[in-house]
Amino acid sequence: MSTTQTEDVFLIGGKALTSRLLVGTGKFSSHEIVPKVIEESGSQVVTMALRRVDWKNPQENILNYLSKETVLLPNTSGARTAEEAVRIARLARAAGCGDWVKIEVVQDQRYLLPDNYETVKATEILAKEGFVVLPYMSPDLGTARRLADAGAAAVMPLGAPIGSNRGLKTRELVRILIEEISLPIIVDAGIGRPSEAAEAMEMGAAAVLVNTAIATAADPLQMARAFRLAVEAGRLAYLSGPGARREQAEASSPLTGFLREG
Amino acid sequence: MKLFVNGEPVELENGLTILQWIQEGKGLSATAVVERNGEILNKGRWPETVLQEGDRLEVFQFLGGG
Repeated sequence: MSTTQTEDVFLIGGKALTSRLLVGTGKFSSHEIVPKVIEESGSQVVTMALRRVDWKNPQENILNYLSKETVLLPNTSGARTAEEAVRIARLARAAGCGDWVKIEVVQDQRYLLPDNYETVKATEILAKEGFVVLPYMSPDLGTARRLADAGAAAVMPLGAPIGSNRGLKTRELVRILIEEISLPIIVDAGIGRPSEAAEAMEMGAAAVLVNTAIATAADPLQMARAFRLAVEAGRLAYLSGPGARREQAEASSPLTGFLREG
Repeated sequence: MKLFVNGEPVELENGLTILQWIQEGKGLSATAVVERNGEILNKGRWPETVLQEGDRLEVFQFLGGG
C-alpha cells in the first residue's frame, strides 16, 4: 500500500474513517442479509430510519443486526418540516444511537426532492445541540454555504432522485460544491452503478452513500463488494491527478519511424 | 385504565412501569424510544416511570432506511 493510501483517512465529526462508502439498510429482502452486506461493502457508517412501532405487524429492530463498531447514521425520513426533523433526531439520540444524524426533509412525494430551506433550519438547531449533522440536499451552492455556516459536518447532495438508480444527473452542480465548499461532499441518492460511484469519487467527492443500488441488485452481496472496489478506485484516481483531456490524438508510442526514417 | 399508544386507545392494568410494559410486556429492545405526553422518556427513567390514566405514549424503533 502506498503512503498516500495509508494516510488517506476521511475525517468527519471527529471520527477518522477508512471507508468512503456509506450504506443504507432499507429495501433489503431480510434483516439477516444486512450485516453481510455491510461487511462486503467495507462500510463503517450505516443509515437507518426511525418509525412508530406497528403493533399489528411488528418488525425486528434493525439495530439488533448492526455491530458495535458501526457508526449509526439515523435519518429523519418522514419529516416534512425542520421541526419534525429535529424531533426525529432527538428521539434517535435518546435511543442511544450516538450523535450523528442525516437530515432529510421532504415534502415532494413524487421525486422525494429535499426542501433545502427546512434542511438549513434543522441543521442550525441540531448542530447547536451537538449533533454531527449530515444534511441531504438538492445541490445548490448558496444552500451548501448556509449549511456550512450552520455547522454541518458534511454536505450530501443528491445525484438523482432517491431510489431511482439513475446516476450522477447533477454532475455539474456537485462538481461546483466540491470546488467551492471546504466540507466533505458526500453524494447521496440516485447512484445506481459502481461506475457512477467511481465517477463521483474521481471528481473529488469525499464519499458516496448507496442503498437502493445494492439492495435491489440480484446479488446484493456481490454488488456491495463492487461498490467498495469502485469507491476505492475512484478515490485512488482522484488522488493520482488524472491527466488532461485533449481533442486530438497524442501518440503514446515514440513518433520516430519504426522502419522508415523520422 | 385507559391510555393512548401511538394514537390508539389501549386498556392496561394499573401500576405498570414503562420498563414492565415495553421490555417485558411488548418484548421491545432497549433501543426503542418512548415519548410520554410529548416528552422523550430516556431509558434510565423507564424503571421508575409508572403509567398513568390518559397518558399519550408514542413508541418508535429503528427500521431499515437509506
